[in-house]
Order: sequence, then structure tokens, then C-alpha cells
Amino acid sequence: MAHLEIRNLRVEFPSRRGRVVAVDDVSLAVEPGDILGVVGESGAGKSTVGNAVIGLLEPPGEMSAGEVHLAGRRIDNLPDSEKRKLRGKRIGMIFQDPLTSLNPLQTIERQLVETIDLHLSTGEAAARRRAVDLLRQVGIPEPGLRVKQYPHQFSGGMRQRVVIALAVCAEPDVIIADEPTTALDVSIQAQILDLMRTLCRERDVAMLIITHDMGVIADITDRVAVMYRGRLVEQGATERILGSPDHAYTRSLVAAVPRPDVKLIRFPLVTYIEDANETPRNIDISRHWLGEARDFGGAAGGPLVSLDSLHMRFVTRRSVFRRNRAYLDAVKDVSFDIGEGEVFGLVGESGSGKSTVARMICGLHVPVAGAIRFAGTDLTALRREADLDPFRRQMQMIFQDPFSSLNPRMRVLDIVAEPIRFHRLAGSRREVERIVSDLLEQVGLGAHAANRYPHEFSGGQRQRISIARALATRPRFLICDEPTSSLDVSIQAQVLNLLKDLQELLGLTMLFISHDLPVIRQMCDRVGVMLAGRLCEVKETEALFENPEHDYTRHLLGLMPRLTGLSRQGLELADRR
Amino acid sequence: MAEIQPAGSNRVGDRLRRAIESDIWFSFTRSPVTMLSAAVTAIAFLAALFAPWIAPHDPFDLASIDLLDASLPPAWMTDGDPRFLLGTDDQGRDVFSTIMFGARISLVVGFASVLFSLVLGVGLGLVSGYAGGRLDAFIMRVADVQLSFPAILIALLIDGVARSVLPRDHHDELAFYVLVFAIGVSGWVQYARTVRGSTLVEKNKEYVQAARVIGIRRSTILLRHILPNVTGPVLVIATIHLAVAIITEATLSFLGVGVPPTTPSLGTLIRVGNDFLFSGDWWITIFPGLALVVLVLAVNLLGDWLRDALNPKLR
Repeated sequence: MAHLEIRNLRVEFPSRRGRVVAVDDVSLAVEPGDILGVVGESGAGKSTVGNAVIGLLEPPGEMSAGEVHLAGRRIDNLPDSEKRKLRGKRIGMIFQDPLTSLNPLQTIERQLVETIDLHLSTGEAAARRRAVDLLRQVGIPEPGLRVKQYPHQFSGGMRQRVVIALAVCAEPDVIIADEPTTALDVSIQAQILDLMRTLCRERDVAMLIITHDMGVIADITDRVAVMYRGRLVEQGATERILGSPDHAYTRSLVAAVPRPDVKLIRFPLVTYIEDANETPRNIDISRHWLGEARDFGGAAGGPLVSLDSLHMRFVTRRSVFRRNRAYLDAVKDVSFDIGEGEVFGLVGESGSGKSTVARMICGLHVPVAGAIRFAGTDLTALRREADLDPFRRQMQMIFQDPFSSLNPRMRVLDIVAEPIRFHRLAGSRREVERIVSDLLEQVGLGAHAANRYPHEFSGGQRQRISIARALATRPRFLICDEPTSSLDVSIQAQVLNLLKDLQELLGLTMLFISHDLPVIRQMCDRVGVMLAGRLCEVKETEALFENPEHDYTRHLLGLMPRLTGLSRQGLELADRR
Repeated sequence: MAEIQPAGSNRVGDRLRRAIESDIWFSFTRSPVTMLSAAVTAIAFLAALFAPWIAPHDPFDLASIDLLDASLPPAWMTDGDPRFLLGTDDQGRDVFSTIMFGARISLVVGFASVLFSLVLGVGLGLVSGYAGGRLDAFIMRVADVQLSFPAILIALLIDGVARSVLPRDHHDELAFYVLVFAIGVSGWVQYARTVRGSTLVEKNKEYVQAARVIGIRRSTILLRHILPNVTGPVLVIATIHLAVAIITEATLSFLGVGVPPTTPSLGTLIRVGNDFLFSGDWWITIFPGLALVVLVLAVNLLGDWLRDALNPKLR
């Protein structure tokens, strides 16, 4: 018998403009020792399913139909006090952010002992022993010592292990994990997933994993359920769903996943998601506004951007006295060149200094030492704002977070026109407006977007606005700092396609920063791998993926989700060089 | 291009439509207390604004004042005169009309000093938050020091100093400006602190960095990018501050250091009437007092509602 069974679940959120159906007619079942993944993009209602099971729907949400059964017993109609007893004891929970799921004011021991004693009534002493034992099982070194510590003394990955220990401490039948590894680095993600799988098998727990990440799905789940707009579109064994999906949505979702194993020319057309018009119009660049003034002069031949032993240090503690100051060396002795028209990738874990490098190039940080040469000119030697302006026109940046990179109080027209007006690239107001609507067409948004405000657009559309704005100065060098890491995969595929098209069309030179190796493989010609502020390896992309030299690169590549069983239907593979 | 409409034409309509559909309007229509406060505030504003035209008497027109009408009780009392709804004061002026004229002065002083505080505080807050470092530390320490004194004390101090510095003959003419300055300076700290906090958050957002990458100068970034994004809380403070400023003005006027009796504000009226309270002519001070309480309460409630409505966490 299934440990957890959901039948025809329907969740509605009443609002002033009518009832919003978040989840409709969803039926799932998880057997003991089984891991079921619920996958879908943001807004698909997957988290709502998890919350409905544990009876913690965010108000004003309500279950308007369906049943939830736990080991054969219906639980959704129990009174709140009964549901509360189930949570933690029969149903364990793992949430996305380990920092907020632990009480920062209590030691790990107290939180564990309290939960164990409450649910299993073992008594204090036994609970204490059990707590240490649990920490050992979830792979925390020196558990006897660490159990006395507070959550802030643990790293993100260790904290998530503690949360997992909390979730399994009362021997639950079911564990619900909502994006358990999204807040973690890749290397830690792999360990946590491993741990979860082992625990699930050993204890015969039924596990429901909610995620948007196909890598996680492929790595850990036995079966997968695909959600789209509140409905279940497909459900089955993981290999089958990823290898030969039936439903059109699943097909486009699988096709949009950046593949670690082969390089594609571009992502296949994602038709199921109406986000924007896909291909930009083909334009004759030699006669188009975007093609004007592309003759920048300067160093012909040599690299466009050249970094020479760049060093950056941040003050982490200020003091009048030198010996009391504390520093963080974010970037140490980094040198590399980017040739004209090349896409250079920079990859590394969070905190490795890759964003800091980008920020130094575009002038947001001033390096402590080293030189940044752009078309032969050392930018670090230029002190006056006005001297820098011509170079600023030539390089633009696309930021990571589409929700904070556009000024919410400005119309899209003004946002995109700002660089044009500042650099006086157009004569009249009409010309500015013409250029803006043209740019918006070019990124697939349509000119009518100009009169609206950023909040009216989705994440992917906002990123398109950012791209339009970056193109507005007719740059020759574009820095993309994790441009798609906060987007859903299908939107990511569209945005990456757009960037690829524009890069080819305009012959842009690009610095592409990402922590996501498969994305790097799809986008870049050459890659630099960063670790703790240093550049460990620079290589042609394909060569790096096929035979990495540096230990750390090998380590990173080893952590990539395999995704070997992905369907190859309808892909255009790039030629191996 | 035809698709982009010229600024102006449809934008006003657009804004109006958005305002009506917005959550703020929704929460407004759901709160009877707020709607009542808004109505009271609106009536008070209109009455004060149009006082010279709609007031039943002109209390400053000496020709129309008759000493025989002095100290008449409100109209509904036995000795009351139907011409004077709320009675008359010791000089025969209509209390109802003086309240309308007094509210005018109170509101003008209130608005002017709020505006003064706002400009000063928002400016210092923006600079403090964006520049950081020593300038920030200096401005904020000054703010801390000022915050450790009650605002009324600061206002009194500035008022007193200004009066001793300025020539005595011009006191009455300058009283208004001195008052606005005193109340304004006593209130900038709240704006500065709030704006500094929001600026610290906003300046690290990517849209500010995007503007820096283009090369936009600091002052433009502050005014065009950061300022519009920190105005929400400022609006709330300003509304609540308006009530405080009106009360402060009334207090100063009551103490005799506010506006001169020739152009009385509500505070002056209360002070003047106070002398007659124990001789039985209670209406001369009670009615201006009530008007002040109702006005300040209504503005305060509006401010409270605005704070809750603009704060998504409380919604």
C-alpha cells in the first residue's frame, strides 16, 4: 500500500478578482522506499501540492476538493491539532532555505532533542544519544561536539544536513522536500542528494521531492510527475519521462535543459511557453541602426579585453589601526585575454570571485592591483569620468536578477532609452523612440512594451528588456553575469538562444559568467575555471569538457548531473571540432 | 514609431486607471474609519482654503465687529445669537469664523514646515546613504543627538534663538518663517533615517549598478533612480508629521512664541480663549481646541492607514 496518496487534489486561492485555481485534479502516490519528483516551472503549483499534503497552505488558500491519505488513513479532513501531531512525526519536511528552517537561538541539540522527545517520548537522555547518532548518520563530522553548536556555526550544506536529521528524527513515513538543494552549491548539492537517497532506501521512507531542476530529478528520483499550470500533464518512471516524453510540454521542457554531454547549435524551439516571439527578425546589419558606428578603431589584431594579474581585496573590518583591519582577497592574480568576437566563459562556485572580475572590467569596482586593457587602453589608468565614457559605451552588462536590475519606477521606454540619451546616440526624441521600439522588437517583446512598467513583465521578459538596454549603446563587448540563473529552464533556453543570435548577428565579444557548466558548454568558445579568487584553468570549451587538466575542473565536471537518458529528439548538434 | 504614444495623452488616463485598480484604493474602500478621516480632512482643508469666501463673518474686518456682540454663547444656548453659531469672543468676533481662518494659518504652517523637513531630511538621507563613510557617520550622529531631545524643545530653542537674533520690530512679520524653520528643523531626522535606510538597500540593487555601468553620474543616479524608489515611506512619515507639525505650531502659539495674535492660528485662539475659560466663556477656547483635535486625529488616522496600506507585510 502506498505511504502517501493524493487523489484529485484541487487548491484554490480566493482573491478579489475571483478564485485562482492553483492546483487542479492532481493525483499522486508514493510507495515506501520510493522517491517521487514533482517537476514544473514557477507558478506550476508544485509547492502548493506539498503544502496541501502537510496542511500548511498559505492563507487564503484552501483545498476545495480531493483527498490525502497517509498509510491508508485520510488526513486532509483531520482537525488542526491532529494535523500538527502528524507533521514532524509521520511526515518530515525539508525546505529550501536551511537557515530559516532552524531556530537561530537554540543549539542543534535542543532542537533535535525537543523533536525526538516530543514525538517518540524517549526521555531526555535517550533523545540526546539519538541526536548525536542522527548527526553521524547524516554525515556531520564530530557530532558529539557539533551538536552543542548553534545554526550559524554551520555552513549551508551542513545546515541542510541538520534539517534532514530533524526531518527523519521521528522516523516518519513520508518526507516532503521542497527544493532541498536550490540554495546550495553544486558540489554540496550532490552530497545532499546522495544522503537523501540513502536515508530513503534504508528507512523505507516515501519521499516527495519538489523541484524545478531536471538535474535533481534525473539524479535521485524513481518516478516523476510533471506539472504545468496547476495540472499534472504526465507521470511515470523517471527514465521514461526524460528519455521519451509523451506530452508536448514535457518534450519542450526536456529539450530546454542545457545538456552537459553535447554542444547544440541552438536550443530547439520551445513552443509550449508563450513568453515572447521566438526568433528576432532577420535584419541587414549593414543598413540597420544597430550596425551603425561599429567601426570602433583601436587595436586591430590583439585581444579586445586583456586582464593582467588583476587583484581585488575588500575590507571586511574597518579600523583606524592597520593590524586590526580585516581583508578578503576576492580576486588574486587573474590574467586572461578575450579575443574580438569570442565568447569567454567564467565558471566557479559562489564566492569564487567571478562576478568581482566582471565588476572590475565594467568599472563597478576598482582593482587594487593589475591592469584591465580594453582595445589596448588601460582602463585602470583612466581617472576622469569623462575619459571612461567612450569605453562605457562599448561595454555593457546584463545582470543576474531580472527583478532588481530594472528600475521599477521607470517606463520600459525610459529604461532602454537611458543609455542612448546619456551617450547622445540619437538626435531627436522621435529617433530615440524609434530606436527603442526597434530594439524591443529585436529582443522579441514588441514595441508596445515601451509604455509599460517592469512589474508587468515576467522574469524572462524582463531579462529581454535588460538585453535591449544593453544593446542600446551598440556595444562591442557584453558582460553577462549569470543572466539566466534565476529563470525557468524553458525561459532560460529562449534567453540563451536570443543571446546566441545577437552575438552572431552583431559579432559581439562576450564574457559569460555562470556556475552552471552545461550552460557554459552551450554558450562559450573558451572557459576559465575559478576557485577561491584564482583562475585555475583556461581552455577551449570542448577540450575542457573532454579532458580537463586541473583537479578542481575534474571535480566540478564530476558534479554535473549526468542526464544521460535525456531525449535527443529534435536537437541540432554542433559539429565536434 | 506609431506604437509609442507621446507622453501625456494616454498616460494620465493610464495612471488613473492603475490607481483605481490598485490595492491601496481597495484597502481604502474597505476601511470606514479611513474614509471618515479622509472626509474630515478634506472638509477641514476646503473650509480653510475658502475661508475668506465662505466664512459667515470676517473676524479681521474691524468694521463688521461690534463690541456689543462680545462674549455671546453658542447659538443653541439661552443667550445665543443665531448669527454666531459657536458664539463670539471677548471682542465680538465670530468663533466659527476665527476657527476657519485659524485653521488656514495652522495648515499653512504645517504644510510649509513638513515640506521644509522633507526636503532637508530626504536630501541628507540620500547623501548619507549613498556616500557612506565619514559623511554618513557625521550626519547620523547629528541626527542621534537631535533625536535625544524632544522635538518641541528643539523647536522652542530655535524659535527662541531666532527671536533674540532678529530685530524686534520685525518679529511679527518674520514670525511665520521663524516658526516654519523651527518646526521644520526639529523634524528632519525621521526622514533622513528612513531615506538613508532605503537608500542603502536601493543602492546595492542591480538597476543602480546598471546605471553606473552606463556611466550615469552620481547626482543623476540619486535623483532619477534612487529618489523615486524611496518615496513610499516618506509619504507616510510626511502625513503623520503633518499632524505633529500642526500640534507643534499650536503648542508654540499657545506658549506665545508662535504666530502673532493679529493673524491667529488655532493655537493662538486656544491661548486667547484660555484666559476666559474660568470666567464661564468656555466656548472661546473649547471649540478651537476641538477643531484642532479633530483635524489632527483625522490626519493621523490617514497617515496610519497609509503606512499599513503601503506596507505589503501588513496587508
